[in-house]
Amino acid sequence: MTITDEVVQQHGLAPDEYQRILEMLGRDPTLSELGIFSVMWSEHCSYKSSRIHLKTLPTTGPRVLQGPGENAGAVDIGDGLAAVFKIESHNHPSFIEPYQGAATGVGGIIRDIFTMGARPIALLNSLRFGSLDEPLVRRNFAGVVAGIAGYGNSMGIPTVGGEIGFDESYTGNPLVNVFCLGIARADEIIKGVASGIGNAVYYVGAKTGRDGIHGATMASAEFDEKSAEKRPAVQVGDPFMEKLLLEACLEVMKTDALIGIQDMGAAGLTCSTCEMAARGGAGIEIDVSLVPQREAGMTPYEILLSESQERMLLVVKQGREGEIERIFEKWDLHAVRIGEVTTDGLMRVKNQGEVVAEIRTECLTDGAPLYHRPMTQPSYLAEAQRLPSLGVPKSATEAFRRLLSSPGIASKRWVYRQYDHMVRTNTLVLPGMGAGVVRVKGTRRALALSVDGNSRFVHLDPFAGAQLAVAEAARNVACAGGQPIAGTNCLNFGNPERSEIMWQFARAVEGIGVACRALDIPITGGNVSLYNETDGKAILPTPVLGVVGLIEDATKVTSRRFRSEGDSIMLLGEAWDELGGSAYLKVMHGLVRGVPPRLDLPREAALLRLLVKGVSDGVIRSAHDCAEGGLAVTLAECCFDTGLGAEVAVPSVETALSGFEDVSALFGESVSRVVVSVAANQVAEMQRLAAESGVPATTVGRVGGDRIRVAVDGRGVLDEPLAAAERLWSCAIGNHFESQRATG
Amino acid sequence: MWHKETSLQGADAVILPGGFAHGDYLRTGAVARFSPIMPAVQRFAEAGGPVLGICNGFQVLLEAGLLPGAMLRNRSVRFQCEHVFVKVEHVDTPFTSKCHPGQVLRIPIAHGEGNYYAEPEIVEQLEARQQIVFRYAVATGAVTPEANPNGSVHNIAGLCNEKRNVVGMMPHPERACELAIGSADGLLLLESAVHSVGQGNGVTAQ
Repeated sequence: MTITDEVVQQHGLAPDEYQRILEMLGRDPTLSELGIFSVMWSEHCSYKSSRIHLKTLPTTGPRVLQGPGENAGAVDIGDGLAAVFKIESHNHPSFIEPYQGAATGVGGIIRDIFTMGARPIALLNSLRFGSLDEPLVRRNFAGVVAGIAGYGNSMGIPTVGGEIGFDESYTGNPLVNVFCLGIARADEIIKGVASGIGNAVYYVGAKTGRDGIHGATMASAEFDEKSAEKRPAVQVGDPFMEKLLLEACLEVMKTDALIGIQDMGAAGLTCSTCEMAARGGAGIEIDVSLVPQREAGMTPYEILLSESQERMLLVVKQGREGEIERIFEKWDLHAVRIGEVTTDGLMRVKNQGEVVAEIRTECLTDGAPLYHRPMTQPSYLAEAQRLPSLGVPKSATEAFRRLLSSPGIASKRWVYRQYDHMVRTNTLVLPGMGAGVVRVKGTRRALALSVDGNSRFVHLDPFAGAQLAVAEAARNVACAGGQPIAGTNCLNFGNPERSEIMWQFARAVEGIGVACRALDIPITGGNVSLYNETDGKAILPTPVLGVVGLIEDATKVTSRRFRSEGDSIMLLGEAWDELGGSAYLKVMHGLVRGVPPRLDLPREAALLRLLVKGVSDGVIRSAHDCAEGGLAVTLAECCFDTGLGAEVAVPSVETALSGFEDVSALFGESVSRVVVSVAANQVAEMQRLAAESGVPATTVGRVGGDRIRVAVDGRGVLDEPLAAAERLWSCAIGNHFESQRATG
Repeated sequence: MWHKETSLQGADAVILPGGFAHGDYLRTGAVARFSPIMPAVQRFAEAGGPVLGICNGFQVLLEAGLLPGAMLRNRSVRFQCEHVFVKVEHVDTPFTSKCHPGQVLRIPIAHGEGNYYAEPEIVEQLEARQQIVFRYAVATGAVTPEANPNGSVHNIAGLCNEKRNVVGMMPHPERACELAIGSADGLLLLESAVHSVGQGNGVTAQ
């Protein structure tokens, strides 16, 4: 086949990129080579638009054992153990085929974790969809949730938490970001390297089929009406195969016969071979005719680019092959030798002995194009940041009810009930109760995990919004008693070739960097998902932060729930007149407008320290971050699932718009605020701890009764029966599906 | 015990655990019942040895014919993971001897196919022979339709064979052995098993 301009274009390569390939090779590429370049230089694999920005993030710290660049990051959690974790997106496949797209997203991130030698112990996810009023969105939502459940449950790894947001911008481009964390011995972390001349390269796992060919390229192109036709590019998951691989690989890793291992994820065999060789400073030679194939007549091109799931590539020490093969046989897996490590720095691919591709590995990895894409401040910003006149406010009661039943705030029980969140018997804080908390067996410690990101805030100010995402995730783990020790990010944006999108991206990365430095949270890895657009319309910019918090004493863990009648309710932090980007504006007025709440990072850091101290001292009995829906919704969430009501009185906020004093106090989303409950005789101690940390703390009420009552400036503005409020909140998401079934 | 073994190597009791054996791509438990270890389990059960199947293990016992009936998809047609209440109906099995009749236990379920079904005449027989060991109930012990999480006939959460030595249940007692993870009620069942084996009720496996 001749390589025409059209063929180059079909491979998603720009003319200047093709020119660069010609120069690197000093000749025309073969079709297989063109395929290899196209996937390795795709945005998904090369990070060509994002790399220069990502380099600015803080990635080191005393606890960091592995930063970005490997299959996952790793941090020291004491007791000689490491937490190995990462977040990754599977957005595009999940729109085309929701169940399989989401399922294989889970499968992919699990492989990244056990590839490092860690046993996965927890999954979380961050999802974004359009409005559940749309039948298409409901199908997509139900399919994604079922896919996550289907894969994670079958693997026996609990899904312990997550978050879900809704906005019309995600209608044709939902986001599925999946986080996995595993535990390894700190001195036994395995890397994805190929080295040692003559060492064998093994292929193990599922056979290679034609599924997912050019998945990585697809994930780097915008959607259009033809996307549905791309279905064959989505992979199909086999969790049982993955379970066998997981157990077998962990057993293989206990021997010292293994040099390196990598999963075949995006760009399949191509990516795993050249990345492993490049990391090891070696070359690699494989023969694709030796690769186990599911279908007859597959070409080298197809074998190289297939994204069939549940496949691993291993490099094994010479002379130890039998040992490795026997372990895989025990698990009914057949490890096949497909090549060996060389010293020439080349990725050489043969087909029955005949060379079909020969490329210097660094051309594919470090040699990939690096773009400093143009950026301009988006024209929408000035207008969007101005809050329009809101007319006369609706009653606080009506707003409260509508917020509680809005899907972004409503209980996600319909979702997490489908996830096995208790398997492995480590889950100390169940989903829906705050950060997910899993204990680390064999130690006294536990880990608090949270994934967060408020895309309305990022849309209105990417720099501030991204900082707020870091702060929220950190605050959530601190509310459970966890000291934030590290983070991972998944950056979901539109088309980076548009300068306004690139500006959003760059500013958001800057924001993450600033916040992570201030809060001492190194970023140990993550994922970038660009081109999240449908018919030229981008999603709200959505950086999602996953933060890991370390709890020293697993018996001292808190959730959002009030504990006992008579406990005092205290508010940590201060409220300002901040309705910008709030759920209130979105739900009551359909607006994403204004400026996001301001964040004082030193103040936030003090709050985090106070929370960890207060929980570990046993003073704080429950803690819940004031986020979407403001103080009123936060209080309600502290009451739900407890049977306990609350009675609270707060002052109005300064400078509130006339007529909106109550709204601002109840539903404003000022950050660095946490509602805690403490025993009545511990109020003074809590005050002392707060004063020591320099965090304002106010006693605002007490737990008890069967109503949620809030007074502002002494006027009762909210007085709802707990049961009625809880019913609205509990049923809102499920109702979308029950009513659908009744009519359909 | 590895599934490819053919001997139980002197075990005093057998517990078939939960999980997704072989991926459950066909019917739950339909492939696992052919595991090389299963003939030994069958012999052990026939000899009167205590056998407990939990969740997928229960499904394997059904497929293996060690217990009657079959599992359908949950009424919700979705996987469900949550704490439920089960009422202990009978305490004369090796796995309930430490409970008292009518005791209500809080134990989680985690399954997609836990909707127990058997022909009406079989169910009648199970009732008559007092083989229904656990029923889904509310916290106070009342067996109501609302307490039934998955649509199981007669709210059946677990049952035993006629000889009462083989018990299958959908809830996971092993996930309810510590208050730190939500409940310690399941420990009673495992303590019952230890107690029964200590009493010499067990048969030593070949």
